Amino acid sequence: MQSTSQTPKQIEKAAKSEPVPLEQVLRVAELAQLELREDEQQEMLRDLNAILGHVAQLNELDTREVPPMTQVNAVMQGDASDAGAVDAGNVLRADAVRPSLDRAKVMATAPETDGTYFKVPKVIER
Amino acid sequence: MAELKSTSSLASQDAPRTIRSARHAIVSGETSAVALADSYYDTIAAEDPKINAWLALSRERATAQAHRIDELAKTGELANEEALPLAGVPIGIKDVLVMEGAPATAGSKILENYRPPYDATTVAKLSAAGAVLLGKLNCDEFAMGSSNENSAYGPVHNPRALDRVPGGSSGGSAAAVAANMAVATLGTDTGGSIRQPASFCGVVGLLPTYGRVSRYGLIAFASSLDRVGPFTHTVEDAAILLGVLAGSDPMDATSAHQLVPNYAAALDAPVKGLRIGIPDEYFADGLDEEVRAAVEKTADALRAAGCTLHKVSLPHTRYAVATYYVLATAEASSNLARFDGVRYGLRAQDANSLSSMYRRTRDQGFGKEVKRRILLGTYVLSAGYYDAYYRKAQQVRTLLTRDFLQAFTQVDAILTPTAPTPAFRLGEKTDNPLEMYLADIYTVTANLAGICGISVPCGNSSAGLPIGAQILGKHFDEATVLRVAHAVEQAQR
Repeated sequence: MQSTSQTPKQIEKAAKSEPVPLEQVLRVAELAQLELREDEQQEMLRDLNAILGHVAQLNELDTREVPPMTQVNAVMQGDASDAGAVDAGNVLRADAVRPSLDRAKVMATAPETDGTYFKVPKVIER
Repeated sequence: MAELKSTSSLASQDAPRTIRSARHAIVSGETSAVALADSYYDTIAAEDPKINAWLALSRERATAQAHRIDELAKTGELANEEALPLAGVPIGIKDVLVMEGAPATAGSKILENYRPPYDATTVAKLSAAGAVLLGKLNCDEFAMGSSNENSAYGPVHNPRALDRVPGGSSGGSAAAVAANMAVATLGTDTGGSIRQPASFCGVVGLLPTYGRVSRYGLIAFASSLDRVGPFTHTVEDAAILLGVLAGSDPMDATSAHQLVPNYAAALDAPVKGLRIGIPDEYFADGLDEEVRAAVEKTADALRAAGCTLHKVSLPHTRYAVATYYVLATAEASSNLARFDGVRYGLRAQDANSLSSMYRRTRDQGFGKEVKRRILLGTYVLSAGYYDAYYRKAQQVRTLLTRDFLQAFTQVDAILTPTAPTPAFRLGEKTDNPLEMYLADIYTVTANLAGICGISVPCGNSSAGLPIGAQILGKHFDEATVLRVAHAVEQAQR
């Protein structure tokens, strides 16, 4: 994912350890399709802010010239015995159709199905 | 030759506890695979009520597998040790790995009745090597935790001290081996979840290099950090299991194409001349004095075996927990989005719209720790915060990895404590999630850097609690890590 177009000042402001307010936590919960009950809200708010407070120390590091580590395989050293072959990121397979899972087995675990489709509550109200 | 015993007449304390001794007992006719499995199930029935390591027993599949092994034993096909190296060996599987015919709950209510339609690659490989898979093991929910107190199915108790935690998230896997309820088990390690429970329970726990072992069939927590690995009584058994589990897999795009050496054969090679790094950052404040003493004694033993010890620096260590908890939770928030009540698992019955079905399902199905991590992960990825947190953490991850790459130009392996303390008491840290997270300091670094490691028992505290020494190695250099661990193990005898 590419970096967003924020200025360094905006990024720094975002990471300052000003506590996150409850409305923002509830908004984030909405994004994550989580419903937080009232008795959970205060505890979640407190915990989140405690952890973000600790995370703020990452700002001590100057990472302007440091590339983000997006692919673990890309940084690995190879073992001498395999003639120096090292994975450099994704290894792709041929785009060929192969059998997948048996449909009946998969639908057997579905909460509600007609055998072919997964059935869910109405999405669009007429 | 002793007659084959068809009923379980092996007293549980006499049952063979290593891969080779179990296999040999079957091949030589001293016992049968069915009797061996029965004896392990007897131990489970006797011990597990106070430990709670097992979530499901797959006795039918296990018995069928054991029968097949007994048939092969009769024909002499098992005479060659290379054929079915795990023939008849009773093994347990952490419940985040899918096994057909058994539930896979990931320690969560959201998957309470989920029955996977396929085997994980690691499970299939164990079966193909002749293992008898006993059942599924308790763990922290979605592998999120360091004490196995986050399971929706009750905490696991440390067999060495029942009022203490076994460690997490693979608490059930570690406890099962420690209590002789399995010869070996599979666990997973995203931030220390194999090594730390191994240390707390006094068993061996191996963390393979990222990509060494397929993640296909592992219910994902953090895809750039998750690893599958074994718990065993001995380093030799860990080496044998790694040989069975390792290798590329077309079903896992991150699985490596590195050759798989014969790990078990290289174990006895002398460690003389190996350079062992001791990083100051892992021996600073917060380290229990008895743990420090046990690991220093381990360093002495390696020196006596001919290794040279060298101070190394891993200067970014103090940023590791922060880095880990940004990246792991971000990846988890994405991976756990699939649990929505649509295709499998729990579906909230009281929802009148799709959106409310998603929210009620997830609210009812996820525990507190999982919700906490999803929230944190979603926050650090959200617009306006992505650069400040997620991208920043990825950059710090590069710095942490460079620390190790640099250190490994000077040493062959690195020795540290596995955990800052021995096992703590159940309930001791559950009110303070940040304190729980900070205790992962010695283990998260290896997951971030992609390197391999192992925890091997190196002594006990004055209260009799196990202490583990951690040995870390270069990418794909499990052979050196195993060799050093084997030397540590030999020095205890």
